[in-house]
Amino acid sequence: MSKTYYDPADLRKFGEITEWSEELGKKFFDYYGKVFEEGALSAREKSLIALAVSHVVKCPYCIDAYTKDGLQRGITKEEMMEAVHAGAAIESGATLVHGVQMMNKYKKLSM
Amino acid sequence: MSLKSLKAREDDLSSPQRQLELLSEGIFEEGELPTFKDKIAESGHFPLKPKKLEILQLNLGYMCNQVCSHCHVDAGPDRKEIMTKETMQQCLEVIKNTGAHTLDLTGGAPEMNPNFRWFVEEASKAGIKDFIVRSNLTIILANKKYHDLPDFFKKHNVHVVSSLPFYKREKTDKQRGNGVFDKSIKALQLLNEVGYAQPGSDLKLDLVYNPSGAFLPTNQAAMENDFKKALKEDFNIDFNSLFAITNLPISRFLEYLIASENYEDYMYSLVDAYNPAAVENVMCTNTISISWDGWLYDCDFNQMLDLKVNSKVKHISEYNEDLLNDRNIIISQHCYGCTAGAGSSCQGSTI
Repeated sequence: MSKTYYDPADLRKFGEITEWSEELGKKFFDYYGKVFEEGALSAREKSLIALAVSHVVKCPYCIDAYTKDGLQRGITKEEMMEAVHAGAAIESGATLVHGVQMMNKYKKLSM
Repeated sequence: MSLKSLKAREDDLSSPQRQLELLSEGIFEEGELPTFKDKIAESGHFPLKPKKLEILQLNLGYMCNQVCSHCHVDAGPDRKEIMTKETMQQCLEVIKNTGAHTLDLTGGAPEMNPNFRWFVEEASKAGIKDFIVRSNLTIILANKKYHDLPDFFKKHNVHVVSSLPFYKREKTDKQRGNGVFDKSIKALQLLNEVGYAQPGSDLKLDLVYNPSGAFLPTNQAAMENDFKKALKEDFNIDFNSLFAITNLPISRFLEYLIASENYEDYMYSLVDAYNPAAVENVMCTNTISISWDGWLYDCDFNQMLDLKVNSKVKHISEYNEDLLNDRNIIISQHCYGCTAGAGSSCQGSTI
């Protein structure tokens, strides 16, 4: 058993989750595949969204996967970093907007 | 990036035998991944047999003005292997009688062969339908004696196929050396100026894209659109088609994969992306590759791995197309590079 929680080689085994629950695993991977097809958004745009979300949910497997996916699609490192900032801005905004709650509570409790 | 070839550095990996061992050890020996032979056998493609011969590819020598980090030829200025005029003459006899419709000159930088121009002049008289020269572009600007190459290519109606790893400077220079991007752009503009890839012109100029790192090329048509848009907007450059080529895990690219600890992941990517439909059209089924010293191979990659054709006929001096077409093609794990995704060949995607 590995002594670390994350092993990069585990990403290759992702498909194996289907072995312990075939129906749900298959449904998930079908859905996943469909989501990233060309649609109203291009596959390229979706790849950048996935990269940003990968950072926000702090998934090392997803970061590896969508950095490589971006390279394959010819996405530049500047575009990738801007996507990461977009994710980070929303995440920090989500923290900061709670500052209003803090302010409300402060004011309510203060004479 | 090293400025010397593996051979000049006397690196272990300059040995084809060592490369073939590496490609059969580890993940393939332990059965973690299937060998290429087992994989193509699943779809009834073993043994792999040639179809109609369409392309004769001649390697005029391993000498090159560049030392690209991904080069499967291990080419560079320190390589002295050059096709002699005598071997060229033997090739001309074959070209005159072949059933192939395409002649494809490569290297190294084929233009550095001292008999290159004589050979192009002679070969262009043989009535071959498509006459390709694979030019690295920077050679045109490398020395005064090469400056007129665009006119020379035009005069002989040569179809120019050129590597440009990316439409941005940074990635191109990283793979091919500092300054390569600017020189390549200038060379492309010179080719456009003499009529290459211009409306109404028959002069064809295609570009080759290969990934600058341990990842696979994506959709060729999408990449072609990106390249066309960027090169037109930024540099007013036109070209005809983009060929997306997968880097095969041999020679200097194999060195890079091992040194950067990407080898296993890369092989997994290739095997995961294995496409049985691509096996139908692998270039070894329609190509014969001829080395600088006249030996015959199933493809340029097998040439670099010193895997001569499995046929009674092994040398240009005894060339016989019927006998050659009856051979079994020699395969190893590097072949996964040509069957991944949409397939890969010297003419780009195969499906």
